[in-house]
Amino acid sequence: MNELALSVKDLTVSFQTFAGKLHALRQVSFDLYQGETLAIVGESGSGKSVTVRSIMGLLSKNTLVEKGEIRFKNQNLLDYTDKQKEKIRGSQIAMIFQDPMTSLNPTLNIGSQIIEVLEKKRAMKRQEAVEEAINLLDLCGIPNPEERITQYPHQFSGGQRQRIVIAIALAGDPEILIADEPTTALDVMIQAQIIELLKKIQEEKQMTIIFITHDLGVVANVADRVAVMYAGKIVEIGSVDDIYYHPQHPYTWGLLTSMPTPDLEGKLYAIPGTPPDLLNPPEGDAFAFRNEYALAIDFVQEPPFFEVRPNHYAATWLLHPKAPSIEVPEKIKERYNHFEEKIKRGDIQ
Amino acid sequence: MSHTEIAKTSYNEQILNQTSQLDDNLFTLDNRMKSAKNEEIIAPTLNFFQDSWRRLKKNKGAMISFFVIILILIISIFAPFFAPHDPNAQNPAWSNLPPKIPGLEHLSWFNGMSVNRGGALIDSYEQASVPEGVYYYLGTDSLGRDLLSRIIYGTRISLIVAFAAALINLVFGITYGIISGWVGGRVDSFMQRVLEILSGIPNLVIVVLMLLVMRPGLVSIIITIALTSWITMSRVVRAQTIRLKQQEYVLAAEVLGQPVYKIMLKHILPNMMGLIIVQVMFALPSAIFFESFLSFIGIGIPAPNASLGTLISDGYKTFRFLPHLMWYPAAVISIIMLSFNLLADGLRDAFDPKMKE
Amino acid sequence: MTQYFRYILRRVLLMAVTLFIIITVTFLLLQFLPGSPFANEELLTETQLALLYENYGLNDPIYIQYFNYIANIFKGNLGVSFQFNNIPVTQIIANRSGPSLQLGVQAMVLGTSVGIVLGIIAAVKQNTWIDTFTSTLAIGGRSVPNFVFAVLLQFVFAVVLEWFPIAFWRDGFLSSVLPTVALAISPMAEAARFIRTEMIEVLNSDYIELAKAKGFSKIYIIGKHALRNAIIPLLTILGPVTASLMTGSLVIENIFSIPGIGEQFTKSILVNDYPTIMGVTIMYSVILVVIILIVDILYGLIDPKMRVVQGGK
Repeated sequence: MNELALSVKDLTVSFQTFAGKLHALRQVSFDLYQGETLAIVGESGSGKSVTVRSIMGLLSKNTLVEKGEIRFKNQNLLDYTDKQKEKIRGSQIAMIFQDPMTSLNPTLNIGSQIIEVLEKKRAMKRQEAVEEAINLLDLCGIPNPEERITQYPHQFSGGQRQRIVIAIALAGDPEILIADEPTTALDVMIQAQIIELLKKIQEEKQMTIIFITHDLGVVANVADRVAVMYAGKIVEIGSVDDIYYHPQHPYTWGLLTSMPTPDLEGKLYAIPGTPPDLLNPPEGDAFAFRNEYALAIDFVQEPPFFEVRPNHYAATWLLHPKAPSIEVPEKIKERYNHFEEKIKRGDIQ
Repeated sequence: MSHTEIAKTSYNEQILNQTSQLDDNLFTLDNRMKSAKNEEIIAPTLNFFQDSWRRLKKNKGAMISFFVIILILIISIFAPFFAPHDPNAQNPAWSNLPPKIPGLEHLSWFNGMSVNRGGALIDSYEQASVPEGVYYYLGTDSLGRDLLSRIIYGTRISLIVAFAAALINLVFGITYGIISGWVGGRVDSFMQRVLEILSGIPNLVIVVLMLLVMRPGLVSIIITIALTSWITMSRVVRAQTIRLKQQEYVLAAEVLGQPVYKIMLKHILPNMMGLIIVQVMFALPSAIFFESFLSFIGIGIPAPNASLGTLISDGYKTFRFLPHLMWYPAAVISIIMLSFNLLADGLRDAFDPKMKE
Repeated sequence: MTQYFRYILRRVLLMAVTLFIIITVTFLLLQFLPGSPFANEELLTETQLALLYENYGLNDPIYIQYFNYIANIFKGNLGVSFQFNNIPVTQIIANRSGPSLQLGVQAMVLGTSVGIVLGIIAAVKQNTWIDTFTSTLAIGGRSVPNFVFAVLLQFVFAVVLEWFPIAFWRDGFLSSVLPTVALAISPMAEAARFIRTEMIEVLNSDYIELAKAKGFSKIYIIGKHALRNAIIPLLTILGPVTASLMTGSLVIENIFSIPGIGEQFTKSILVNDYPTIMGVTIMYSVILVVIILIVDILYGLIDPKMRVVQGGK
């Protein structure tokens, strides 16, 4: 395994709202290895954005980090002062957002939005910065960058704007790139292009990427590992193969089976119910109320992470030896079959 | 197929050890899916006005203003009960008396004393042979009229002008705006062009020209002031009408054959109430200001009626010797306008559901 | 580009129509005004009166008078003052423009700059006591009538502290300080309220979040990214602010006895000097209309960078 790029331990974050305290993240822990792409998947409200915003230090004023650690280069980012966080942002950890139509400042030309990062974060002189900005735009697939560098955001399409946003993120030469639902607002064709771009960049620059999405289909193309989040916790984490073909947590099953795929047979299955109220998180497993495979203990005590295979963990009581045998859904069974085949073929260790 | 056997690793051993005490019974399937608890609504639902009122109550400035305004309204409506003297009764013998309030005479402001020409502090009331027990709380003006009573009646007039002007503004603005917004098309374009032309004319010009032709009087001033602010109201109303016109429940009502005026009354107007109230609240201090401005330069309410503006203007004339004749009405008008402005700001924030809490 | 020109053309046309209507209305009103245009009419004999009427073209049919009126305006002739023994109105206006213009410009600059600063502070420190304090200042500025302010300033700084002259225009720049401040209160309050709202919206936008993610300091982000987005819409209040400066100048010039147009205007109103009143009215209207046109032109220039120009919202 590669070296650790970032490590999150026991991160617990809450918001103060007028209705009370909202427990947004509840003891989230995961590791991020250099050079990999980790996808974080979950519904809205699962805590995906809060997690990465905690890493970036971009939490809003009414947020409280109650406990936890974010270890980056042997330091705990949560202990950093605002100034220190500013220094890291953009230059070592960069972030891109969901809606390219509103991510760029409409009153500044795209060149200056890239150049300011080069000048202020990498101490480049003006001429150097302009050249590098043109290179970045070229790398990101903007045609005629020398001419278009002085143009304004509204003169570009949505897909192009997202490329520009990526170029801006790259300008700081970061080690880690966080992409918060970068393709959600784009149509399918453009989505594929952006994902290709990210993969290309990762290869060239050996960058580590955290890719957030609520769409498992997108993830298959881009991720090495996947973390599934629900109600402020990670419920399952593993390699792409682990999650796609050997999932253990009923929520992951739900996500996979509600994703229409042309090859695997079966009905569309939607997870019934709604996400839980994080103002008063229930005792036990938050997913229990929507879990048709819930055990009595799920309503009483939260499940620990069980190790399924090396580097594949799932937090479900179903993995406990005392748990009864259950009938795994059809579509999941088929995936298990796929998994076995992959092992036999030697694709997976 | 059953679930996967978990790997026999030291990690898992540790977990199993920690959880060894768990009762076997806990590991049975529990079919509590879709429990009622999940569907429970977290906070009680409030309708729009209740919700806004709740938000407004948090704004201390607005709430204080609200009560101040109610107080002022009560005093001016029941002016005859509150005013100690007749505001127009002239008593030349008792002119220019300083303020004197029984019970507060130890304060130099309210002791009825003033400095005479020789520089000595004398009891002006005694000097003017004012009988015992007759007090002028805020003093008298150059014609011997009680300032406090004048202020109370003056407030009444200023408020009447303001509310009347706001009312006309409201009716005219809403009508114009709703028609323009609802009918749309070329009629709307035309009506808006007219508005654009009219808004190129400075308010000052409108007011002065109108008052030149119609001699200054209560009615003419009210109409003039109303003319200066109806345009904003109509624009706001039009924008809302256009927005609401496209809502589904309006389309549904149309399809069901409801006559237009009913749709307006039942669906469109109520949804604009918040906006309209805020606009009116903002129009009031503007009207009060304009009226006092006109009175100050001399083309306001004619004698013998006196508005706050007239009082300030009169007070200004004798400012060097009797500053209190100007300060008190000025203070009153400032408080009134401040209260309306604060309340209007508070209402605007309270009615806007997008405001961050 | 052609779309822009068509837009400007339409605005100019609109403005021309507006001015035309104002001029026509003032002319019509002139006809309805009570009183005779001549002072001491009773002292004149019938023949003299008839001659005068003939001389001034007051016997001609209305449309001819109207035509002459418009022609005169284009020639720059606004008639002569009743009050000042036949001095041309244009001359009166020209003489008195200086102080008013100076006051107006100073007040506009002072008011908007202070207002912008207050608005930014209030927005950045939203919902803290600083926000409440600056917002209260702004509301106070809107609530206390500017003539009350003027008298207050005059009393405190000129009479009591004697830092500035009480009135008149004799002491050069010092004379203009107090009236400028009094006049600036209103634009300041408007600008502060406006900028606060705009700035709050800008600060909550996605591109500001991205700028934060780039790791820049708060001050840099406000200065380079937020400010330009918040200030540009400020242009839209330029028109109303100008109008309020015009109204304000009437009382301020009176209180400080400044020989400006505003002071003249009030005097003319009180003595029914109709030609002067009409002349000043037309002048004020022209100023407002031109400023609105300039705002439209400027906005059209800046606008294509942000929104598609659709000919006035």
